[in-house]
Amino acid sequence: MALDSQVPSGPMSEKWDKHKFDLKVVSPANKRKFHIIVVGTGLAGGSAAASFAELGYKVTAFCYQDSPRRAHSIAAQGGINAAKNYQNDNDSVYRLFYDTVKGGDFRSREANVYRLAQLSENIIDQCVAQGVPFARDYGGELANRSFGGALVSRTFYARGQTGQQLLLGCYQALARQIGLGAVEMHGRSEMLDLVVVDGHAKGIIVRDMVTGEIKSYAADAVVLATGGYGNVFYLSTNAMGCNVTAAYRAYKKGAFFANPCYTQIHPTCIPVHGDYQSKLTLMSESLRNDGRIWVPKKKGETRSPNDIPEDERDYYLERKYPSYGNLAPRDIASRSAKEVCDEGRGVGETGMGVYLDFSDAINRLGEDTIRARYGNLFHMYEKITDENPYQVPMRIFPAPHYTMGGLWVDYNLMSNLPGLFVIGEANFSDHGANRLGASALMQGLADGYFVIPYTIGHYLAGVTPGEVKADHGEFKKSEEDVKQRVHKLLSIDGKRTVDDFHRQLGRLMWEECGMARNEEGLKKALEEIPKIRDEFWENVKVVGENEELNQCLERAGRVVDFLEFAELMCEDALDRDESCGGHFREEHQTEEGEALRNDDNYTHVSAWEFTEVGKKPNLHKEPLEFEEVPLAQRSYK
Amino acid sequence: MNLTLYVWRQKNAGDKGRMDKYEAKDISPDMSFLEMLDVVNEDLEREGKDPIAFDHDCREGICGTCSLNVNGVAHGPEKGTTVCQLHMRNFKDGDKIYIEPWRAKAFPVVKDLIVDRSAFDRIMQAGGFVSVGTGGAPDANAIPISKEAAEDAFDAAACIGCGACVAACKNASAMLFVAAKVSHLANLPQGKVEAKRRVVNMINQMDLEGFGNCTNYYECQAACPKEISVKFIAQMNREYFRSLRYKEK
Repeated sequence: MALDSQVPSGPMSEKWDKHKFDLKVVSPANKRKFHIIVVGTGLAGGSAAASFAELGYKVTAFCYQDSPRRAHSIAAQGGINAAKNYQNDNDSVYRLFYDTVKGGDFRSREANVYRLAQLSENIIDQCVAQGVPFARDYGGELANRSFGGALVSRTFYARGQTGQQLLLGCYQALARQIGLGAVEMHGRSEMLDLVVVDGHAKGIIVRDMVTGEIKSYAADAVVLATGGYGNVFYLSTNAMGCNVTAAYRAYKKGAFFANPCYTQIHPTCIPVHGDYQSKLTLMSESLRNDGRIWVPKKKGETRSPNDIPEDERDYYLERKYPSYGNLAPRDIASRSAKEVCDEGRGVGETGMGVYLDFSDAINRLGEDTIRARYGNLFHMYEKITDENPYQVPMRIFPAPHYTMGGLWVDYNLMSNLPGLFVIGEANFSDHGANRLGASALMQGLADGYFVIPYTIGHYLAGVTPGEVKADHGEFKKSEEDVKQRVHKLLSIDGKRTVDDFHRQLGRLMWEECGMARNEEGLKKALEEIPKIRDEFWENVKVVGENEELNQCLERAGRVVDFLEFAELMCEDALDRDESCGGHFREEHQTEEGEALRNDDNYTHVSAWEFTEVGKKPNLHKEPLEFEEVPLAQRSYK
Repeated sequence: MNLTLYVWRQKNAGDKGRMDKYEAKDISPDMSFLEMLDVVNEDLEREGKDPIAFDHDCREGICGTCSLNVNGVAHGPEKGTTVCQLHMRNFKDGDKIYIEPWRAKAFPVVKDLIVDRSAFDRIMQAGGFVSVGTGGAPDANAIPISKEAAEDAFDAAACIGCGACVAACKNASAMLFVAAKVSHLANLPQGKVEAKRRVVNMINQMDLEGFGNCTNYYECQAACPKEISVKFIAQMNREYFRSLRYKEK
């Protein structure tokens, strides 16, 4: 099947404007007849739901949290990029576009990225109008800071809680529409299947997480804004509830999954400290503005960091990448940390850590300035590690953080299933093989506020509203499937807990499909995953019943999907026989250990079509063309 | 270390509920409080028993989902900390720990330690926003905002909506939560336009939900994991008086 990306013709800078005019528009009087389901109410879903309602569409939104205000977008710390050029440091839409395409290691779709850079400016305006309290200078203007992969200061921030403030802005816009009766909001609700009628997405099956009721919801279009799949690694910076279920069930119903092997391992997280650990905590990339990363030059160093003299320290990022230094992109910074730890120069009890040292910055700027910039992060670090980072360097190590892969979408953010739209982290299109810092918030809000409100109208203008109702046979069938799966999980009554299986899968994925991958390891993982899955279905213990709030059952359902999805991820990683961005195949590296792409064979999006559980999926390729930014090896030296 | 836990168990909203005793064994001081509960729960699951239901998600102190009363204190003994960021090094071997849900009429128990905080959402829906639609916003630097005003707005906006203020208050008052949002928006020019309408509507909804009144004990400020100041309650009262003329209209 040929994948049509629907990218408009014409010069890059005019594509979006031209396309907007070409899109069909639903008349104001007819909008209320159309019903849209939005699943997930973080930055992407929340902004989309609010914007649809403002336009007059009928909206029903779902989230698994008790309130949309708790979606995991809230945890984003550092900031949001925008090409405002307020600092007069020669930033522009084109530069943000260029940085993002290059940062993504030439595996994203140029036209989508250009549009993202254009819309970045509107996002900041919109958020300020909503009352988002961004950091400001004494003159009353907005402040900016630098982030990895860029030589300009274009990152807007609200202390170390930018995601929280943006999400609250979006939640407030959504709350307003709920209060007006324009959005029907269902919290503590989990989507367990997508319903497709005659090839079009027409609704979803949802489990009420309080009563256990499994129910059908029909609509004219379905928007998935359900985030990423980082929890396939068990330990990640994602919230405990983040999962791949909605996206994976859509995949099993025919939506293509693109580039699942592109995962981002964030360089600055608090290192793992025990087997009981439930999640990893991120320390914002913004810390790399003032913190210097180093390890001892000597292997097996035992002195405490403050006793190690300057000339016995290796500031390896500054040494290897003199122009970007500590602000090298995430994939490069993570791999470099792994490299020095593999050499035996890692720090901390486990040897899996590097120092992030603020002493220079504190001497230069004073402790108060550092506290004003990063106070909450330092506070959080001290809570977790019991060490005072104003006095001793932080210890950090890379951890799974974001997933660039996701459901395949065209320029309209619609999947190959008509009527199914996918936005935010759940889609694949904008970040290529590596996402730059402060770009996730930008993408989520661009999709939700400024792209999908226009593009969904184009689809809806071509369908009859209310054509399919929730009593349609396909709904009954899906509902039955969901009920049977739940029943089966509850009846196994084995010996191992759900988390035990999840941990086992996570360890395997981290070892074989994590920061570095190779053919042998991936083949091994592809043999192991089905074994874990088989044992799960025979030996898992899921207690309680369906007709109650049952957190054990919720987790089991998510792990079921991770156990199948992990195989897809490894298939993709094995098929992509090159290194690019976050996908580092050890067989393909330069002499200096940098990712070595194979542009002749892999300048495409890999979009996978589900066949059968345990069988290899079908591969469809969307060729990527680079008209504006010529393909080149990334250099941050 | 080994600990004895007394935990509130309640099957559903209709159940009467009771305290049950559990032993938490081989707990490491580096564990978070919730990781300690994970260990207890995994043991319960292995025995085929119903694990203790509690709300949690980000586990880094920002989503506001976690909500436990530990030894009678909302979020436990450490100041400025959500219970997910509370670590077991704050306890010692042999300790008895009492774990209960938020207690407030407006926060009915859903199961065990999970309560229904949708009252907060409804207060927000009544007015906790700036009525601006998507699109058409002026340039972000068009209206300068003093650093002080922006910082003050942020201090209030830092609220994570966890409900500890209500749980800590002997009147189960939601004044600090409502005040934080009223002040956040009233401190910014964008929010001033409808400040009067907002404060009246939010306070009306707060009263409808069955939260109590403020009698200035400041327990809310002491329990708040984001250390939001009660000065915002004073500001909200001021905003409310200013709105009286609006109310009469």
